[in-house]
Amino acid sequence: MNRALAFARNTWRGLTSMRTALILLFLLALAAMPGALLPQRSLNLPRVNDYIAAHGWWGRLLDRFEFFDVYASVWFSAIYLLLFISLVGCLLPRTFDYAKAARAKPVLTPRNLSRLPHHGTATTDDTPEQVLAAAKTRLKGWRLVERAEDDGGRSVSAERGYLREAGNLVFHFAMLGLIVALAIGKMLNYEGQVIVLADGSQFCNSGTAGYDSFRPGLRVDGTDLDPFCVRVNSFEAKYLPNGQADQFTAKIDYQAGADLDADTWRPYELRVNDPLRVVGDRVYLLGQGYAPTFTVTFPDGQSRTQTIQWRTVDPLTLLSEGATKFDPPGVTDPAERRKRQIAVTGLFAPTAQITDRLLTSVYPDLRDPAVAVDVMRGDLGTESGRSQSIFEIDRSLVDDGRLTRVARENLKPGGVITLDDGTRVSFDGVRRWVSLQVSHDPTQLWVLVCALTMILGLGVSLTVKRRRLWVRATPDGEGRTVVRVGGLARTDQAGYGEEFNRIAAQLLSPRRVP
Amino acid sequence: MPVNDTLANYSDWLYRAAALVYLFAMIFYTVEQAFTRKAKRSEQARELVGAGAPVESAGPAIGRIEEQPGRDRPERFGRMAVALTVLGALLHLSSIVLRGVATGRAPWGNMYEYGAAAMFVAVVTWLVLMRKFEVRRLGAFVLTPVVILMFLGGTALYTAAAPVQPALQSYWLVVHVSAAILSSGLFLVPGVVSLLYLVKVRHDRDPAKFARLGPRLPEADALDRLAYRTTIFAFPIYTFGIICGAIWAEAAWGRFWGWDPKETVAFVAWVVYAGYLHSRATAGWRGSRAAVINSVAFGMVVFNLFFINLVIAGLHSYA
Ligand code: HEM
Repeated sequence: MNRALAFARNTWRGLTSMRTALILLFLLALAAMPGALLPQRSLNLPRVNDYIAAHGWWGRLLDRFEFFDVYASVWFSAIYLLLFISLVGCLLPRTFDYAKAARAKPVLTPRNLSRLPHHGTATTDDTPEQVLAAAKTRLKGWRLVERAEDDGGRSVSAERGYLREAGNLVFHFAMLGLIVALAIGKMLNYEGQVIVLADGSQFCNSGTAGYDSFRPGLRVDGTDLDPFCVRVNSFEAKYLPNGQADQFTAKIDYQAGADLDADTWRPYELRVNDPLRVVGDRVYLLGQGYAPTFTVTFPDGQSRTQTIQWRTVDPLTLLSEGATKFDPPGVTDPAERRKRQIAVTGLFAPTAQITDRLLTSVYPDLRDPAVAVDVMRGDLGTESGRSQSIFEIDRSLVDDGRLTRVARENLKPGGVITLDDGTRVSFDGVRRWVSLQVSHDPTQLWVLVCALTMILGLGVSLTVKRRRLWVRATPDGEGRTVVRVGGLARTDQAGYGEEFNRIAAQLLSPRRVP
Repeated sequence: MPVNDTLANYSDWLYRAAALVYLFAMIFYTVEQAFTRKAKRSEQARELVGAGAPVESAGPAIGRIEEQPGRDRPERFGRMAVALTVLGALLHLSSIVLRGVATGRAPWGNMYEYGAAAMFVAVVTWLVLMRKFEVRRLGAFVLTPVVILMFLGGTALYTAAAPVQPALQSYWLVVHVSAAILSSGLFLVPGVVSLLYLVKVRHDRDPAKFARLGPRLPEADALDRLAYRTTIFAFPIYTFGIICGAIWAEAAWGRFWGWDPKETVAFVAWVVYAGYLHSRATAGWRGSRAAVINSVAFGMVVFNLFFINLVIAGLHSYA
């Protein structure tokens, strides 16, 4: 029993010692590094998969030990948890000590002041009482205590700079607060992405199904989102002549709270660096792209028009790829329908350059749009129950021969392809889409408050010096008084000298006897 | 806003001139360093001046090593080196200002500009410290990394003057990046001085080691203090810069912290600097270990600038 207690006590002491804290700090730094050097799942999943595929057993080993999820890994969490405990264990006693020190009287005047790093002496005609009265006036703002000494002399002990330790404690407690706020934030946050056409289309934050991707915090199930709606009216991109992006603006309307019931919309201009902040959520403009419009006119005269976003392949020229999928209208027999579904798939270029029938894009803005498309006919697999990407057709169906290419053509807006059975596919034009991100993090304000408090505490604790000064006035037996001053900085020695010299000169010189 | 190419060209020209002048200053410092006779303890007359304050009996301080009648030759070289450093800094400053005027924005929108500004801060820091501490002869050691980094910046990282992309069009570019520049430039000095400290300590322990360099360096104690005081000046600025980065990231990228490689390494460097400060309050870790930690921390700052920008793809859209 006693041994167990002793063990617990020793562990606690070890854990909260300065040296352990230091080692844990370095471990934390070391453990954070792989996250900068290896691809991380939370940032870029495809690159992680590529990396593992490219590195064989080594990649799998790294994966087994969570090197692709460093900041959620057991070992990273363990280190910061230990550091957290060590911090608490270190701060509590320091706080008590500080409270005690804040009430304590400055220490006794050392017997021999000339041994101190800063000191000076002079003789004066004033009485010790007069000397000390002058000293106490000069040392306004210092904590003082005056004491009578055995040999008839008197002395003053002065101390200043208690704020240093206070600032230091504030810094560390704010850091504790920051860690706690971060942890709560991890529980309650969520983040979702969605692509919306910039043609008056809407998105409502009513459930996770509306999102293209959704990442909930540990305690979020997606049933309880803050309701609001966003309508994207238009999107404008400005580019420099060399194609570099200059400014993106999405004109949107939004409604939240009472506006939802009253169906009132409020306007906002969404920009990079300028999110919409609404009911505790933020809406960001993350990206943009193009959605070509195609119309398929079937032999029976019925037509279908669709505008589906294509994804950007090259962010500099906005060359895009995608697949726009059509069901034949009025066909009720599923087997028949699966023979006559149509997909228009290929590349879109906002400013086209065609060399040898190969389409590329040379500029990101809509100067001379064109598409290079394959028209596919057959079974798109949309009824197979397997989920498929909206940007691609299912290649395996092509390999099976259930989906075949019936045309390949480059089209400008207005261009038409007529298929062998009389079906006409026309490229009508193009719209823009924006990708939005909705973020929710109820504790981020607290994190900021803690971070700013940390700076404040840090500034105080690094600039204020804890320092002491003593004045002793002793009668020399011949009617005069010997004045001695001494000083000691309790932290960094350099930098106290100047202040000490100034004070000492004033205490010693005005009535100095030649 | 279109770029004024004439001014941008002048700016480039001034940048190269500044680097060249620094190179000459470096050579002059080296000459001074090489020909100054070794310190004799009894003659270490001058006190170390800390924040302008004389420190009595702080032990032997960084000294003017030998006061000879008149100005001896090394002394003259040293003064010329300082004059050249000032000249270089003026050219450097003009280059930065002209870039800003040419592009009509804060002149730190890409890595070349970032590096240029950080090196300017390093040089100015050094000039200020030289006034306060008697460390002129160490100029060569501080200017060496400056010249190397400026050379790399002007070649490998060079970026023609251009407007910045939408993500960087924010006043946070001014606040966050200038805090980062200021602190990185400041950190260079303690990073280098800590290495010199290690040399000095090694030499003090065994005079056969670094037999040429060791005796010419200021006292270990003084080097340690110089490093510490510069570091504690820069560290809050660095912290502030990281916090501003987080605030900006919240507005630009949708989250205030996402372990982007740049954020990660900034965090690592911050933690290592915190380790440096702690080590100075931990028995057995003061002195050499603290100096190693300080140099490693500066290494992380440089690593963050070069490696993370050039090799690793991240959100920080410099390069
Ligand atoms: C993530 C973890 C930590 C960070 C980033 C951190 C950061 C800092 C910083 C920047 C300072 C500078 C203030 C100064 O030098 O006066 C400091 C001081 C200090 N910290 Fe921490 N700290 C951490 C954890 C801890 C822990 C766990 C302990 C105790 C075991 C601790 C004890 C101290 C002490 C005693 C000082 C005063 C040192 C001095 O007098 O200079 N810290 N800390």
